[in-house]
Parts: sequence; C-alpha cells; structure tokens
Amino acid sequence: MDESVGKVNKFDVLGNMNLRTKTLLAIGLSAFILILVVVISFFIDPKSITTNWTMMNQPPSLEHIFGTDWLGRDMFIRTLKGLGLSVQIGFFASILSSIIAVALAFLSSFNKHLDSFVSWLIDVFLSIPHILLIILISIALGGGAFGVLIGVAFTHWTSLARVLRAEIKRIKTSEFVTISEKLGQSKFWIARKQILPLVITQVIVGTILIFPHAIMHEASVTFLGFGLSPHEPAIGIILSESMKYLATGNWWLALFPGLALLILVLLFDIAGENIKKMLDPASAND
Amino acid sequence: MELTGRNISFKYSSGSRQILKDVDITIDNKKILGLFGDSGSGKSSLCKILAGHIKRYEGEVKLDGNEIPKSGFNPVQLIYQHPEKVMNPKWKMHEVLEESWDVPDSLLEDFGIQKSWLNRWPAELSGGELQRFSVLRSLNPNTKFLIADEMTTMLDAITQVQIFESVLKIVKERNMGLLVVSHDRDLMDIICDEVIYLDDINHVDI
Ligand SMILES: Nc1ncnc2c1ncn2[C@@H]1O[C@H](COP(=O)(O)OP(=O)(O)OP(=O)(O)O)[C@@H](O)[C@H]1O
Ligand SMILES: [Mg+2]
Repeated sequence: MDESVGKVNKFDVLGNMNLRTKTLLAIGLSAFILILVVVISFFIDPKSITTNWTMMNQPPSLEHIFGTDWLGRDMFIRTLKGLGLSVQIGFFASILSSIIAVALAFLSSFNKHLDSFVSWLIDVFLSIPHILLIILISIALGGGAFGVLIGVAFTHWTSLARVLRAEIKRIKTSEFVTISEKLGQSKFWIARKQILPLVITQVIVGTILIFPHAIMHEASVTFLGFGLSPHEPAIGIILSESMKYLATGNWWLALFPGLALLILVLLFDIAGENIKKMLDPASAND
Repeated sequence: MELTGRNISFKYSSGSRQILKDVDITIDNKKILGLFGDSGSGKSSLCKILAGHIKRYEGEVKLDGNEIPKSGFNPVQLIYQHPEKVMNPKWKMHEVLEESWDVPDSLLEDFGIQKSWLNRWPAELSGGELQRFSVLRSLNPNTKFLIADEMTTMLDAITQVQIFESVLKIVKERNMGLLVVSHDRDLMDIICDEVIYLDDINHVDI
C-alpha cells in the first residue's frame, strides 16, 4: 500500500514539473551536445585524419563506427570536425544576420522613406532564392569560409527583420513612447531605452532559429561546390566527395555524415523552439 | 501664462464620428480650471490635443500666443487616465521617475510612495500606486501646465485628497497652470476655481 501511495506522489511531482522542466531539459541537452561537438572538433588532432592506406574503404565497425573513406580516414572524426566548422560558420552567420535585421528594423522606424526602403529591401531579398543569392555573394567575395558566411548572413535576416519591424511599429504607438517624446527624449534614445528592451527576447530567439537554416544552407552551397574550399573539412565537402563513391557501394560515406548533420540541425530547432516557448508562454501553442 | 486651444475639431479617423468641433478653451495659471463631461464625450481626446499627444487635428494650440515646439521637452505635460499603459513594462519604477526628473525623497513621501516600490516592475504595483508615479513624473521642474486627466480615479477618497493636496501645493509654489478633468463633480467643486462642461464648448451635433 505504501508503495502505491509513493507512486501517486511521484506522478504528481512529474506532472508539476512537466512543462518547464521538459523545456529546460530540451534546451540544456541540445545546447550541451552542440557545444560538445564544437569543443571536440576543436581539439581533434589533424594527424588523426591523415591518410592511412591500410585502412581504406572499411565499412562501419567498432573501431571506426562511421567507417573509413577511400584514403583510409576515419569518417567519424571527419564528420565531427566538419560539424564543428558548420556550427562555427552558422554561429557567426546567424549573429551577423540578426544584427542586420535589428539595424534595418530600427532604421525603418525612423521615418516613412526609410520604412519603404526597408520594406522594398526585404521584398527583394525574399524574391531571390536563398541558395542562388548565397552562391552569388559567396562567389563575389572570392568563396571560402568568409564568402559563405557573408552569403548566408545576408540572406537570412529578412523574416526576423519583418517581425521586428511590425513589433517596433506597434510599440511606437504606446503611450509611454509618446510620453518619452514629450519629455524631450530623442528618437535614438527612445529606440535604445524604450523599444530595444521590449524586443530583445525576440531578437535572441530569432537568432537561434536562424542557426539551423544557416547551417543547412552553408552545407548545401558547399555540397554544390560553391562554398568552402575542398581542403576545408566541412560537412558539405564530405557529402559531395562521398557522392562519387556511392556507386561503388560505400554507402556509409554519405549516410552517417548526412544523418549527423540532420540531427545537429534538429537539435538547434528543438533548442530554439523551446527557448521561444519559455520566454513567451503565450505563443507556445501556435 | 496662458494655454489656449482655438477652433479645435477632431475625429479619430476620416470615416469615424466627429468627437470635437470648434472647441475654444483657455487655461491660465491664475486659477484652477475643471473640465467636466459625460463618459465618452471627448475629454481625454481634448487633453491629448492640448498636450501635443495627438498630432492630427484642426485648429491651434498655443502657449502665450506661441506655437508649441513638436520636439524637445513639452512645457504642457499630460497625466493619462490609465496608469497601466503609460510605463514601459521593462522599466523599474525608479527608471520611470528618473526619465523625467530627480524626485526628492520628501515628495515621494507626500505621494505615499514607499522606497521599496522603486525597485519593482510596473506589473508589481496596483493601479493606484502606478498613478502616483505617473503624477510625479509629470511634475518635471520645467512643466508649466499640467493636464490631469482623471488623475485620481484609481484611488480611494482619502488618498485622492492627499494626492490632490500635494499636487496643488506644487502647482501654487511653481505658479503652474492646472486643468483638472473628471466626471466627479463634487471633487471638482472643492478643488477648482472654475468648472466648465465640455458639451457647452463642444459644437458637435449629437
Ligand atoms: N484611439 C481611439 N480610436 C478611436 N476612437 C477612440 C479612441 N479613443 C477614444 N475614442 C472614442 O472617442 C470618444 C471620446 O473618447 P474620450 O476618451 O476622449 O472620452 P472621455 O470624455 O475621456 O471619456 P471618459 O470620461 O470615459 O474617460 C469615445 O467615443 C471613444 O470611444
Ligand atoms: Mg477620458
């Protein structure tokens, strides 16, 4: 009898903690794995990915869980290194993207002409396919990690900018903003002190949600051969190289790195959605 | 000193009801003026026009015969009817006051503001408590005219008197002009030197 009472209580506790704890757990776990990937990839000794002629084209085994490639390199280590690079590029691209979004959204709030200019800019960027634009910008900047980073950053700011522009417009009609104006505060002061604190959580969530897109687009562009140089151990490079060997039956070369990339992107999505839920419980049901 | 509104006509949008028509009103700092009217008759709208919070209207508002500058500190300060909407939810109460001026401790006391409230968010105070902050904020040393739109509706009778006494003291000291807006006729008869009925100066057809 005692046992069953204990069981009921246990259920109660779980029920109580449920939503918030689950959310925090999801955020913590995905953040932990992502940071782990970056840290590990950072400490991988390049020597461990060197060619090993005795170990060519090994299918997955306990020793090489992702198998080895045509040069005998361990695919698990290559994948980790590639993911680390992707996360780094994704990180800087998302931050740059959201800086652009914030700057343009605030710019649009200063006067009508700037507002129409920003709206026009958003429409222009939305009307060109992302991949095409990334490739064009990346080529224009001479390719490489920098080109891809700028290309991805310049194509991912639009939706955040649109959301922020609408939100700032709404806040600007608030009575506390009018009162600030009549107390003699400048537009710039009002933007910084009144509006920014009210949109900052949206900016943070928006930045995190750009992350998975940035990583996917970086990988696709690199896969198509317009991104990172073949010497960089990017996940897109690994995938495109592996395609050549698929026909020879080396299925593990593309399958595991591809899955790993998918899981990474999903983790970011989970983290982003959960942070959104936590910061803004009202929109949790949308 | 004189704050005048001449021929003020106003509607919220082109298709909507005419709220004010050819309203003339003069407030001077020698007597306290009361504006009285039914709910929805346009008192708050007129207040916002006089304080420059509504930009699009017909007619003119002048301070001692001069146009009031659209930017910079406005010597005509408005105390809003609804204290919940007039503070940034992400600001602590001390920031709300500091935005306007350095309020001396003695005044905080006069307005019944407890020191501990200064470190709270607006959501952590009652409507009546917020209203006191809203009133104090408007009493910037450069304020020449104060427009009090239902300044004390959120307060009980005793606190109402207390706040009005404190405001009146400052208004007298600084020689400011004051427009008291309310639909509480008894209160206005006690405080104001003259009370006008909005419908008497508003020429809209109903
Ligand atoms: N932002 C707005 N947009 C459209 N109509 C409005 C707006 N604010 C007020 N009104 C309308 O204008 C009319 C006058 O409103 P106002 O707030 O000036 O009345 P009031 O005399 O202050 O009323 P109360 O005594 O209830 O405060 C009302 O009919 C109201 O519905
Ligand atoms: Mg009103």
